[in-house]
Amino acid sequence: MSGERARTGALPITAEQPTTGALPITAEQPTTGTLPSTAEQLIRAAAPTPVLEIRGLRLAFQGEERRTVALDGIDLVIAPGEAVGVVGETGCGKTVTGLAAMRLLPASARLTADVLQFDGRDLLTLDDGALRRIRGAEVAMIFQNPTSAFNPVFTIGAQMADVLAAHDRERGDAARERIRIVMASVGMPDVERVMRAYPHQLSGGMLQRAMIATALLCRPRLIIADEPTTALDVTIAAQILALLRRLQLDEGFSVMLITHDLGVVRRVCDRVAVLYAGRVVESATTEALFAAPQHPYTRGLLAAVPRTSASSGPLQTIPGSVPTDIGSITGCAFAPRCPVVQDRCRAEAPWLRDLEPARAAACHFPGVSVVSA
Amino acid sequence: MAIAEAAGEQLARRRAPFPMRAFVRDPLAIIGSVIVLLLIVLAVLGPIIAPYPGARGTGQIDVPSAYLPPSLSHFFGTDELGRDVFSRVILGARPALVVSVLVVGFAMLIGVPLGAIAGYRRGRIDGLIMRTTDLFLAFPPLLLAMVIVAALGPGLEHAAIALIISWWPWYTRIARAVTVSLREQPFVDAARAIGVRDMTIIRRHIVPNSLSPLVVQATVDVGTVILAAGSLAFIGLGARPPQPDWGLMVADGRSVILDQWWVSTFPGLAIFVTVLAFNLVGDVLLRVLDPRHGR
Amino acid sequence: MSTAVQGGTLSAPLVRLSGLVKEYPAYVAGRGNVTIRAVDRVDLDIAPGEAYGLVGESGSGKTTLARCLLRLVDTTAGRIEVAGQDVTNATGAGLRALRREMQVVFQDPVGSLDPRSRVADVVAEPLRTHLRLGAKEIEARVLTLLDEVGLGRTFLGRRAHELSGGQCQRVAIARAVALRPRLLVLDEPTSALDVSVQAQILNLLADLRREHGLTYLLISHDLGVVRYLCDRIGVMYLGRIVEQGPAARTMAAPTHPYTQALLASRPSVDGVEGVALVRGEPPSLTDPPPGCSFHPRCWLRAELGDPDRCVDEPPDLRVLAPGVTAACHFAPATPTTDHAPVPR
Repeated sequence: MSGERARTGALPITAEQPTTGALPITAEQPTTGTLPSTAEQLIRAAAPTPVLEIRGLRLAFQGEERRTVALDGIDLVIAPGEAVGVVGETGCGKTVTGLAAMRLLPASARLTADVLQFDGRDLLTLDDGALRRIRGAEVAMIFQNPTSAFNPVFTIGAQMADVLAAHDRERGDAARERIRIVMASVGMPDVERVMRAYPHQLSGGMLQRAMIATALLCRPRLIIADEPTTALDVTIAAQILALLRRLQLDEGFSVMLITHDLGVVRRVCDRVAVLYAGRVVESATTEALFAAPQHPYTRGLLAAVPRTSASSGPLQTIPGSVPTDIGSITGCAFAPRCPVVQDRCRAEAPWLRDLEPARAAACHFPGVSVVSA
Repeated sequence: MAIAEAAGEQLARRRAPFPMRAFVRDPLAIIGSVIVLLLIVLAVLGPIIAPYPGARGTGQIDVPSAYLPPSLSHFFGTDELGRDVFSRVILGARPALVVSVLVVGFAMLIGVPLGAIAGYRRGRIDGLIMRTTDLFLAFPPLLLAMVIVAALGPGLEHAAIALIISWWPWYTRIARAVTVSLREQPFVDAARAIGVRDMTIIRRHIVPNSLSPLVVQATVDVGTVILAAGSLAFIGLGARPPQPDWGLMVADGRSVILDQWWVSTFPGLAIFVTVLAFNLVGDVLLRVLDPRHGR
Repeated sequence: MSTAVQGGTLSAPLVRLSGLVKEYPAYVAGRGNVTIRAVDRVDLDIAPGEAYGLVGESGSGKTTLARCLLRLVDTTAGRIEVAGQDVTNATGAGLRALRREMQVVFQDPVGSLDPRSRVADVVAEPLRTHLRLGAKEIEARVLTLLDEVGLGRTFLGRRAHELSGGQCQRVAIARAVALRPRLLVLDEPTSALDVSVQAQILNLLADLRREHGLTYLLISHDLGVVRYLCDRIGVMYLGRIVEQGPAARTMAAPTHPYTQALLASRPSVDGVEGVALVRGEPPSLTDPPPGCSFHPRCWLRAELGDPDRCVDEPPDLRVLAPGVTAACHFAPATPTTDHAPVPR
């Protein structure tokens, strides 16, 4: 099947796969320490081990003069075969969450978590050698800018062969064959030419396909994609997203898709986690989130996106701006900008609470809407 | 890792043009700055501080005390005319600093505008300026100095002129490179779209933003010029006796260096320490002003 | 040549581009020196008070067109007129006077401000360049301008690195409207901003346009932004305008196959899904496809069995409906329902 695709040279026009919405239930635990209900415990016991489980992830960067808090308690669970979108604006911590999951943070990072597990293995206690074996093989990452992700002085084929060699997989001819197969599966036109090409000779879309191919080489269980289509044109981005979704459903790996674009999440993800000021403020299935967002920030974001359909009056905005100093916030981080803020919000920071199975929000008054004048 | 650092930088505040705190806490910066400050003090107060300044500020001549080794009354010993080497080293700070600052200053005055214009305008003007620059760069400074001295006569002032002519092309190169990259910035486009004249753009927007690499280069150059002036004096093309020029002093003590080592050594050390100090300060400035080079 | 039709009345256009061509020299390994045509004989009119959106992907030529209009680059051929005056050949004082009528807001909010300048100086620069005003008068005007964009006097002494992206863009907008130009060119003004900030800036731009009767040329790849701010839109592909029409109508019922593909490709927050209509890679500027430049990727052509006309004959803009033009041999006046966006 993959061989045929390579021969035609063009990506076949595929209809979008609808998201099922029916997923293994992995109820997210509140982090206040209240025990999960018996029913939830039973459900959890029956579910397979999550590919990625993050609870209470906290991250700060220790600079020369001051300490910058980046994450203030992230809870995130990704089940096998699931695509989870991690959404937020600048400074919410989405990129560093992805980096933390790969333990790819700089020396100045101070990372703590109640749980940080990949496939049941504790990432916090693994040594460098074990981490290196996981990175690139079982957990692969795709970056925003494909041009800078490749080394400009080596050919694409050589760099992909390096990945295989680094993880003691195929070498020589077997490696080349594996590369060809993977390149074909990402719909790369003219595979031989691309393998011999240098990064600067390829377009952005092709480089992104090459990056996806590189990520797939060792059959990862999880791919972390950080803004994979932000730097691409709309039409090419659509192709790449369709590709990613198809591969994910075919091969069965999980995806953590980090993006600021809610539309992308809607198209590709099964579940969404919305981040604000270093915390998850809402988590739900894609369908549920877009149909009925519970957290005021999510609602604000959705209302602020200009639509191509009929516009009616000024865009609803969220007044103020994203907080820059997360470490010094008391109470709910969103309180200064929230349309339904109450006194309790300013005093007490809300934890991520389950509202229904597979649905959670960090808000004292979820679902409350403003009566517009 | 670049990505991870980018994530960290995303969170840190955007860098201000000059972070004073980082500068002050670096031990090398402190050492270098202290020495430079000391030099300035010596330059200003030389004749007052020096123990044996002499009538004309070139050192008290006392021939019977010639070639005395270092002692408590003469820290650095005396030279062939009985002058206190310590005093002469102190007195030498002023001409050294004054000449080098003037040379660097004039070199920048000529070089920077030329480089900025070349980088901004590109095309034929760029070609003209840069080929001229190449021409001057090709001239060996020593040969140039000899030509000028032959034409104008020996002396520190003429050596300074020779140095200025040798030095300005370096600033042109730096200024041009920085200008070329700045020119692509949106804020330059914005100024053009407003209708600001080219020369005004260069003066108001380009040059102030090119200061970082220029300041670093200038700082290091002050030390280098002192060395160059000293070298010229050493071969007789710069300062003439009885001026307390360090290079001249090293030259004077050449013939007796094996026995009366102090006559050449201490002025030589003075040059060394001075150049080192300016290099240290320049190096720290570089790291502080350009985040990519440091840590 | 298109005429500016606004609600049925013809008015002298504020901006008129006639046969605009911009070429760049380039070097291609194996072929030597070639010429790239970034803008390929574009005709465009913008009526006074109108907001015109120019949409396209990278390589479409939309940014180059704007730079030609602003005389940040020289044009290769064609004519640009603003308020009836020739911009293409203006020089010196004449060009400077014309610049007062057209200002620009750039994509990079932080980069468009001189890092060493204070906000007060940034906003005052156009005033100082063109007007002879005393210091007090300038300060008064600067404060008014800052107020118009929603910034208080505490911002006067700040520098770009102390401001957020949204605040920088507000300063850039204040600078752009300082001389009360008639035309404002907005080059991806919100692409670099977060969603919530983008909404604030878009509202601001809409308000300013209403208050001051400004004419906008908005360049964007984001169809939602264009729909929000613009009356008319033009879609560019490889240097040519391939569709032009009222914004609302073009978004609801696009006629050119490329426009339809653009709309379908866009990941929509509303869950209105389309199919990935566009095949293959974007075209090469150094080796453009013959005939219709979109034909290698065109789904309509594939549907029609690959007619040769698309390769042999470059299509001109045809009027398909009042105010609606498209450059396609086969585009119907109304789009087929087979490829219309499928609601989820």
